[in-house]
Amino acid sequence: MQANLPIPWLLLAALLLYPITGIAGLLAKRKSNWGRWLFPAGAIGAAVLGMVPVCRVLATGVPIDLQLPWTLPVGSFHLGLDPLSAWFAIPVLLVSALSALYGTGYMRSSEGRSGIGLHRLCFQLLAGGMLLVLLARDGFLFLMAWEIMSMAAFFLVVFDHEEDSVRKAGWIYLAATHLGTAFLFALFILMAVTTGSTDLSPAQFAAAPFAGIAFILAIIGFGSKAGFFGLHVWLPEAHPAAPSHVSGLMSGVMIKTGIYGILRILMLYTDWQAWWGWLLLGIGIVSGLGGVLFALLQHDLKRILAYHSVENIGIIALGMGVGVLGSTEQLPLVALLGFSGALLHVLNHALFKTALFMGAGSVVHACGTRQIEQMGGLAKKMPFTAALSTVAAIAICGLPPLNGFASEFLIYSAAGQGLLHGETLTPLLFAVLSIVALAAIGGLACFCFAKVIGIVFLGEPRSTQAAQAHEVEPIMISPLFLIVAACIGLGLFSFLLVPILGNIAATLTPGRISEPSFTLIPYLVPIGVVGIGLWLLLGATVLLRRRFLRGKIKSSAPTWDCGYSQPSARMQYTGSSFVQPLQSTFEPLLKTTIEGQPPQGIFPEPTELETETPDPVMARGYEPLFRRAADLFGRFRAIQNGRVQLYVAYIAVVLLAVLLWSVR
Amino acid sequence: MNVAVLHLLAALLLAPLFPGVINRVKARFAGRQGAPLFQLYFDLAKLLKKGAVFSTTSTWLFRAGSAGVLATSLAALVFVPAWGCPSLIHFQGDFILFAYLLGLGRFLTMLAALDTGSAFEGMGASREAFFSALAEPALLLGLAVLAGFSHSLSLQGIYLSIPGVPLPALFFLLVAFGIIFLAENARIPVDDPNTHLELTMIHEVMVLDHSGPDLALIEYAGALRLWATGLLVVGLLPIRTELPLLDLADAIFLLFAWAVVVGVVESSMARLRINRVPLLLGVAFVLSVLSLFWRVK
Repeated sequence: MQANLPIPWLLLAALLLYPITGIAGLLAKRKSNWGRWLFPAGAIGAAVLGMVPVCRVLATGVPIDLQLPWTLPVGSFHLGLDPLSAWFAIPVLLVSALSALYGTGYMRSSEGRSGIGLHRLCFQLLAGGMLLVLLARDGFLFLMAWEIMSMAAFFLVVFDHEEDSVRKAGWIYLAATHLGTAFLFALFILMAVTTGSTDLSPAQFAAAPFAGIAFILAIIGFGSKAGFFGLHVWLPEAHPAAPSHVSGLMSGVMIKTGIYGILRILMLYTDWQAWWGWLLLGIGIVSGLGGVLFALLQHDLKRILAYHSVENIGIIALGMGVGVLGSTEQLPLVALLGFSGALLHVLNHALFKTALFMGAGSVVHACGTRQIEQMGGLAKKMPFTAALSTVAAIAICGLPPLNGFASEFLIYSAAGQGLLHGETLTPLLFAVLSIVALAAIGGLACFCFAKVIGIVFLGEPRSTQAAQAHEVEPIMISPLFLIVAACIGLGLFSFLLVPILGNIAATLTPGRISEPSFTLIPYLVPIGVVGIGLWLLLGATVLLRRRFLRGKIKSSAPTWDCGYSQPSARMQYTGSSFVQPLQSTFEPLLKTTIEGQPPQGIFPEPTELETETPDPVMARGYEPLFRRAADLFGRFRAIQNGRVQLYVAYIAVVLLAVLLWSVR
Repeated sequence: MNVAVLHLLAALLLAPLFPGVINRVKARFAGRQGAPLFQLYFDLAKLLKKGAVFSTTSTWLFRAGSAGVLATSLAALVFVPAWGCPSLIHFQGDFILFAYLLGLGRFLTMLAALDTGSAFEGMGASREAFFSALAEPALLLGLAVLAGFSHSLSLQGIYLSIPGVPLPALFFLLVAFGIIFLAENARIPVDDPNTHLELTMIHEVMVLDHSGPDLALIEYAGALRLWATGLLVVGLLPIRTELPLLDLADAIFLLFAWAVVVGVVESSMARLRINRVPLLLGVAFVLSVLSLFWRVK
């Protein structure tokens, strides 16, 4: 224990470095170099400090437990770092550091503004809050950390609060996060009441009653943060509104704390029921398909990416659902593969989604708009951003040889094992459902990212801003480059993570799997080997092509447009036309509004076309609901009329009533 | 192992003959003499000797596209068994990798098409993306059903134990895979490779701007894809000889028989209206679902 002593202190140092550098950033002069560089330095320093204990816990599997003095009457300052927390801490630490680095460049033009100090503070608080959420081993502390994280994210989202749409997005986020937190309060009160303490150690939950209710509360409370379809409405609002490094951190990492919460609850209540698995599987399928379908129909680059977060959270939930079902069906291999796939996808999505948001941020920075119909041809103006974003897009589509494929392959394999070893209907059913859902999600994701890359980066510029775009500065490219390199590396060498994944999955399904790391190897090693082979083959075909072209005449000409020699940028396919076949086929589901007149007459006047696909849950669920609630509560306006005398009278009446009630 | 290498060599050499057979059958149906069976070989040789014209709009993605498509087709071919003849590489779950490799090739083709900025190629890419997104679940479900019957998650294991699969399920899957084959390889009734109008094409329109060696690589990759996906169809016939070499010969013979069938199908029907194609792919999916019921019993 003596030798281990510095390790927990490194963790605490990382945890404290965030608020300290944040406050220093708040106090620093707006345009000072000091304030500018303290911002990434704090996050990078915390990542360096924090990765030591995280790696140690992951490598050894021995958790860190830390009980510190606490002066509040409830709860305790109980911190812990087990492999599950440590796994989620990797994206928190690393992505925060890289996002801060990117943000330094991204925010340069905003440095004179009054909110910059608060922005720097809240960014560090968000990162530190997420870390504390993962470390908290006490319900009360957990909720405090949760609120620090959620509120910091709110202030980050409303950085451009002069814009109406940003304020609206901020309110939607705030309402969503607090509604979610309300369920979490209920959950933690239930847990405290049934176990008799606010401590979150597994021992106390062995036979805790109301596990089903706790699970439902966790699904709603944590699911609203994770962005399960139905509870996702804040994502497509908040992610576009926030500065891009914040969107990346929120979408790539913060929503994963919801997944972490559900996994933690699964770890505490070990008496799983089959319907938990079916629920997670159903949520996964609906979120995955819903997310990608609505992503396809959007025109706002960051909104598209926000919907893809819903999709990927769906894939993660699907993996977890298969894991739970495998466990309840006594199919340990299915459980192991399902959970490992979900966990690996958590890390993978954190990487490629952050990369895509960084790429999108650079594009938005260069074009001054988020509308993809105004973009085009950026691959020539911004070659590095374009190339790196393209690789990240291939990764998010789950295509080999990148990391997205590795994690999806694990979930596919889990379903496949269900097919092979299930003697009853249940394994067959969940296996077939997951394979079909994953295939459909994958195909539609390819559709969507062909649109994103094709319309944004390829072709000819569709607006003057896009034509005049420039590549962003190196400080915004280098974090993107590092993340994409990680995506490529993880696509090949994810088998190195096998012992860690097996360990965590085994702690989730206690006592069910012997030799977890050994059983995972036959699934991830071939992916790595074939991946390397595919890269070599790709290199070989590129050389072959060069060889064939050597010494030949290579000439340039305008794009062939059926003999028309003056094609203009406006004649290109647009994002809306690209998805039109899908839109018309799934019209009853998507309810896209199309407004506009086709050109008429021999000499047609200019005309316009407008298509919009509103979020179905928002437009047909929450908006009417909240409007009705506002109407209802509006009736009580009469008693709040601003006269102080009347308010004093209310107080007097209430006091009198309380007095009468107590002497009764 | 040696037979697997032999299969790979046979595929690399004979794949361009496949479209030749289809076209010859179509020509005979139309009462024409038709192009030589080896026309694609001549075309490839000619294209490889030529220079290339690149659109001024295009970037490195356009140039990488053709090499990438060939690489993915080659990689996918490695996993496909010819009847009982083993595949070169096999592991648990390789049928998923196979489908995703074809997906990667499609994705790169779509990007290369969009890179030209042409409205026609954008239209082709859009249709290809949509139809393949519909075909993918049907294909993977069909393979998953077969995996359940054969108790193996590799294409080799799946296709080795085809004779043990109930006949009705095989029949449904044969039709489903046949439809997927036609969609995947841009054949009638999904797409018409010989149409004269860019507006009605899917796959051919995406490669309008490719020329010279680039076009050769893409055409060759297309032939390899016909071979690989064709083997998935003919492998469903529940006959095996226990001799890998004989199986290989049988599979290749049947592959060309399948080319004749495709030629007959293409001659006897017209291309579907674009908005009817999702229905056809829906049929393939439903047939895959139906085959599942024999697994439940």
